[in-house]
Amino acid sequence: MIALLTSLVALAVDCAVVENASQIWLPEGPAPAPGATLVIDGPTIAAVGVVAYQADGATAKWNGRTCKRVDAAGGVITAGLIESRSQLGVTEIDLESTTQDFDGGGDPIRAALRVGDAYDPRSAVIGIQRVAGVTGAVIHPSGGFIAGRAAYVSLYGSLQADTVVNPVVAMEVGDQSGPSGAADLLALRELLDDAKAWRANQAAWERNQTRPYAASRLDLAALTDVVDGRIPLVVSADRAADIEALLRFRSETGVRLVVLGAAEGWRMAAQLAAARVPVILDPLVMGPGSVDQLAGRPDNAALLASAGVPVTLSTFSTHNARNLRQMAGNAVRSGMDRNAALAAITVRPAEAFGITDRGRLAVGYRADLVVWSGDPLELSTVARHVWIGGVEIPMTNRQTELREKYRTLPGTPVPSLGNP
Amino acid sequence: MLGWLGVAWAGTPEPEVRAWPFDDVEARGHLLVEPRQAEPHKTWVIREATVMTATGVVHAPGFVVIADGKIAEVGPGAGPALEGALAVDGRGMWLTPGLIDTHSHLGVYPSPGFGAHGDGNEATAPTTPGVWAEHSAWPQDPGFAWAIAGGITALQLLPGSANLVGGRGVVVQVVPARGSRAMRFPGAPETVKMACGENPKRVYGEKGGPSTRMGNLRGQREAFLGAEAYLLRWVDYERKKAASEESGEGKKKKEAPGDLPLPPDRDLDQETLAGILVGKFLPQVHCYRADDMLSFLQVADEFGFQVRSFHHALEAYKIRDILAERAVAVSTWSDWWGFKIEAYDGIPENLALVTDAGGRGVVHSDSGVGIQRLNQEAAKALTAGREAGIQVTDDQALRWITINPAWALGIDGTTGSIEVGKRADLVLWDHSPFSVYARAHEVWVDGLLRWDADQPTVWSDYLIGQEVGP
Repeated sequence: MIALLTSLVALAVDCAVVENASQIWLPEGPAPAPGATLVIDGPTIAAVGVVAYQADGATAKWNGRTCKRVDAAGGVITAGLIESRSQLGVTEIDLESTTQDFDGGGDPIRAALRVGDAYDPRSAVIGIQRVAGVTGAVIHPSGGFIAGRAAYVSLYGSLQADTVVNPVVAMEVGDQSGPSGAADLLALRELLDDAKAWRANQAAWERNQTRPYAASRLDLAALTDVVDGRIPLVVSADRAADIEALLRFRSETGVRLVVLGAAEGWRMAAQLAAARVPVILDPLVMGPGSVDQLAGRPDNAALLASAGVPVTLSTFSTHNARNLRQMAGNAVRSGMDRNAALAAITVRPAEAFGITDRGRLAVGYRADLVVWSGDPLELSTVARHVWIGGVEIPMTNRQTELREKYRTLPGTPVPSLGNP
Repeated sequence: MLGWLGVAWAGTPEPEVRAWPFDDVEARGHLLVEPRQAEPHKTWVIREATVMTATGVVHAPGFVVIADGKIAEVGPGAGPALEGALAVDGRGMWLTPGLIDTHSHLGVYPSPGFGAHGDGNEATAPTTPGVWAEHSAWPQDPGFAWAIAGGITALQLLPGSANLVGGRGVVVQVVPARGSRAMRFPGAPETVKMACGENPKRVYGEKGGPSTRMGNLRGQREAFLGAEAYLLRWVDYERKKAASEESGEGKKKKEAPGDLPLPPDRDLDQETLAGILVGKFLPQVHCYRADDMLSFLQVADEFGFQVRSFHHALEAYKIRDILAERAVAVSTWSDWWGFKIEAYDGIPENLALVTDAGGRGVVHSDSGVGIQRLNQEAAKALTAGREAGIQVTDDQALRWITINPAWALGIDGTTGSIEVGKRADLVLWDHSPFSVYARAHEVWVDGLLRWDADQPTVWSDYLIGQEVGP
């Protein structure tokens, strides 16, 4: 009987004490003391910094509970990384259309589409990002003029119910733009106007007693979230002039904006900062990949962040969202403040999309976190432990399994010939 | 064991060069219109840097003396104080060979991406060996200056991969020039771009084919069959001409050229392929899947030539024993994958596994962005390998971006490592080159300082007068 009770207690480990981190790195700067410890209780963070607990072999007594003990071995703990610009779970292979689930097709206005409905939490692409410390992602639809609604997904779990944390975090303007930026803004104004008019005249609309609107009923209903500022409108703009026009559009309409790309954003840093408009950018884009990026420069992120713009860094990649911290490292290389760079891959993307319980190491926040072997932004560093929603994830995926399959080759093994 | 040593790297099998009747026509095709501006060489002493030579030796600290564009001295310690020489304080800095990229489309798909500048794929027929990338390459591509800012001193400009045989590549130095010929790496051999797999069949599937992998292989085999016949006709002509000249009435014959045999018609496509057949031109073959690479190696065996490097080669790790034994270089990324089904099995340990098997790994960019930080890509591949328990040294990882690509391009005799007598193609970094924070502070090409991070210069005419300030 006693033995049974003991084993039940041992099984009931739903908390973990992570100890011996050299640093618990917070974007605000250094609070947690050396010897820093962090406690995970179920799916949330229960304590950060100096924690009272008693070590007992593989377990730790904390708060009257028996927790798993995890040795951070002098590593650095950060919040889990958030890739704000990917299509994880809605594409598998870029050139194979049968694996793509992000384009609503048909009508160019698909505001009501929720890309989260297509999210496949079991996609093999996801595990490859997860082991690199990417714990969450904003996934977006593509195509059309209004592509639909983006979702925030958590990158561990097997059901949409567990992983599509927020199915509606933003309205995505698609890549099917008009003949000019001016035409796009015109079309957006008309849509937002019609959404307001439809809402004010729903009964008349149902009786077919209104003028025609530029979108269908569900699309107009979805756009009212943009009209009311409940979700941001995500718009691509690299050229300073286009960013300026977008900011004017924002003042006129009162919508919330997230600006994507912003290669010349540094030229509009003061205006973006004054409007507190978040930007999502790739710090590796330098110079004119297109003419709109003519004045792109490597310290774009640094200049924007120091002006007070909420900067999010992104890989703009699905298959290599795992390189998110390399983006941050390069931004630091080009002058961005280290804490701002960390914020730009954790809490800033969460804030830009209204996710309030993730992206920080703080009590009560979701336990999405990573123990790194060293400086998280450095290329020689790897993730040692990754928790998503308090679950320590397996550090395996399709690529590690391929590697193990071919660790020894079929056929006659060839001895090493010496390494050139 | 000794048997294996017999194929060790000391004896890298250089392909045998067969009879080649085209030296004269090649020389005519390469006549230089625009000579490089002569620039005076200075003597430099780079002192007390960590000198990573890519030969297995690291001097920490060490020094390098540059004289007349060549590496005159290299060794441990502070180095000599040479009167009249420019001294560079290398304390806290790292000196490496100039980086070399085997796969770039700078100049042929330049920045900005203007439609009218898309000069990389002659997608009018699946086999176009007679086109030359140097005839497309725009020396005003702003990307060249960004490449040297990332430490690149030499690179191969390639046609795209739409075609089974895409045409000739060109190996260039990163130097300002008015025409692409003036950028050519002196003495570099001709290279030829070919492609396996999805791209040719995607581009030509509805334009007369090939539409399948078997169609790809037929197209390539037929191309080489034609070149074999062409080469035979020319060798036969040269033999008849020589016999005619050396026959009893030879001297008279020479005075009466009308009696000499007529040369066969020239064919630019066949000349390029013949260069491969005789072992003079280096095949650079775009190929992702292991089985596609094996099929192409079968074609190479059938026609008796050596593949110099597979490019992209995401599944090289599956056949690393065969690639190592045949001394085929593997030019690849550190971690790109998934953009098409033939790129689905890429793993970040590819380069480390190839290296561990004795193969020659190369980090390439295939990207105007990636070329700006090839060192970071090598660092990621190094970390991935080590993390998986595969032994890779820093020197080996440095070779992925220096001497190994130099070998793949046939220029390893004069660049790619820090050795006395080689071209002074050098990069001075402000951090370890494998750090994400590393920036190329100074870059020399042939001993001329071409990049100074403290005084960045605009090379491209396109950027002149554009308002890129605040």
